[in-house]
Amino acid sequence: MKELDVMEIEAAVAELCLPTNCVLNEDIRKALKQAKASEESAQGLEVLDSLLKNAEIAAEQSIPICQDTGMAVLFVEIGQDLHIVGGSLTEALNAGIRQGYTKGYLRKSVVADPFLRVNTGDNTPAVIHYDMVPGDKLKLTLAPKGFGSENMGALKMLKPADGVEGVLDFVVATVDKAGANPCPPVIVGVGIGGTMEKAALLAKKALLREVGSGHPEQFYAELEHKLLQRINNLGIGPQGYGGRTTALAVHIEVFPTHIAGLPVAVNLNCHAARHRTIVLEGKEALG
Amino acid sequence: MRVFTPLSEQTIGSLKCGSNVLLNGIIYTARDAAHKRMVEALAAGEDLPFKPEGQVIYFVGPTPAPPGRIIGSAGPTTSGRMDAYSPILLEKGLRGLIGKGPLSAEVLQVIKETGSVYFGAIGGAGALLSSCIKKVEVLAYPELGPEAIHKLEVEDLPAIVLVDCYGNNLYELGRAKYQLT
Repeated sequence: MKELDVMEIEAAVAELCLPTNCVLNEDIRKALKQAKASEESAQGLEVLDSLLKNAEIAAEQSIPICQDTGMAVLFVEIGQDLHIVGGSLTEALNAGIRQGYTKGYLRKSVVADPFLRVNTGDNTPAVIHYDMVPGDKLKLTLAPKGFGSENMGALKMLKPADGVEGVLDFVVATVDKAGANPCPPVIVGVGIGGTMEKAALLAKKALLREVGSGHPEQFYAELEHKLLQRINNLGIGPQGYGGRTTALAVHIEVFPTHIAGLPVAVNLNCHAARHRTIVLEGKEALG
Repeated sequence: MRVFTPLSEQTIGSLKCGSNVLLNGIIYTARDAAHKRMVEALAAGEDLPFKPEGQVIYFVGPTPAPPGRIIGSAGPTTSGRMDAYSPILLEKGLRGLIGKGPLSAEVLQVIKETGSVYFGAIGGAGALLSSCIKKVEVLAYPELGPEAIHKLEVEDLPAIVLVDCYGNNLYELGRAKYQLT
């Protein structure tokens, strides 16, 4: 059995924080450039150009794309044959965030209690999602989430009879209502099925998919396309100034659900759409 | 078009909804916590940390300045969260807001009545906007950290006129132009 020390995990998380916040992913850069071709509004084009220029400055100078460096969300896939040693995994992940956000001069945006609202001072705790998977590796995805877009998400427990149209209408209405607030152009994550919390998690995970990659199943790929078209017909445009580009992509994730339900969740992301993944391998344990 | 702060009545009158501007001069940062403190100070009969006449508030909470910089990433935050406070400051003489996202009907009304202006800065362009900030001074409430009131000197900070003093609103007009039904 392979072993992985929590110290190594902490260091890896700490190292992820700065590049995740300062370097715009290539798929988004490509999507912004593509959007320029179809954008008709002069103000919209100006915004798309500014976001590309912003990405250049952020990467060159190692300063965050956006000042809201988010609440740290971590997706952790643990190979079931891997043994984690040296302490608590959750504590190590939070220690990595603490170190990365402090040493990286990233903004500390977390309050310890939703009502008392005292800043924890180090951007912990992170929101951590664990998954057990086959194998002996540890896969970590850091996806810091800004709240300009997070605040605009929504969830609804639809009736099965509401069907495809009910789901599409709810997704479009959510983006419509969000308007300029989530800093369009946005990425729209849609989770359909499961239970209430499963739908929300699917919507969040949908934001991790590469922009421009359609759903592997044709039925859902077509729904994504249809939704993107309807959303871009809203006219909200870059930053809400009016234009063709309200969303860069719509990603749907689905899961089996109950005979009586049709849960749907929408998680919006701004163009920064930060996420970065690393895979850690353990060392052979000494017999 | 270059716009200089503090804003004169004449300058504000010349600003039209949808125009791109480059802001120059002194602006003050404030977001949720600082607004609450300012409005509480006024209610207690105290002065604001700066004389509000003709001045401009930028809704921003920057990232900390790394070594060698005066400020970190500094883009706008959602303006609507300050809706409860903005009318009180506008009535005290404040003439400009910089942020992103829609304002309440009440704030829009007060902007029109007081002859003020709402500028939009690009949300998510914090690195670009940071490069236009030339001087930074913590003016009040240092204990609030990124939420403290900072006095900023800006040079050609790019913004757009979202709501002009005549009541025209780009969020309504821009969208109506591109909406397909």
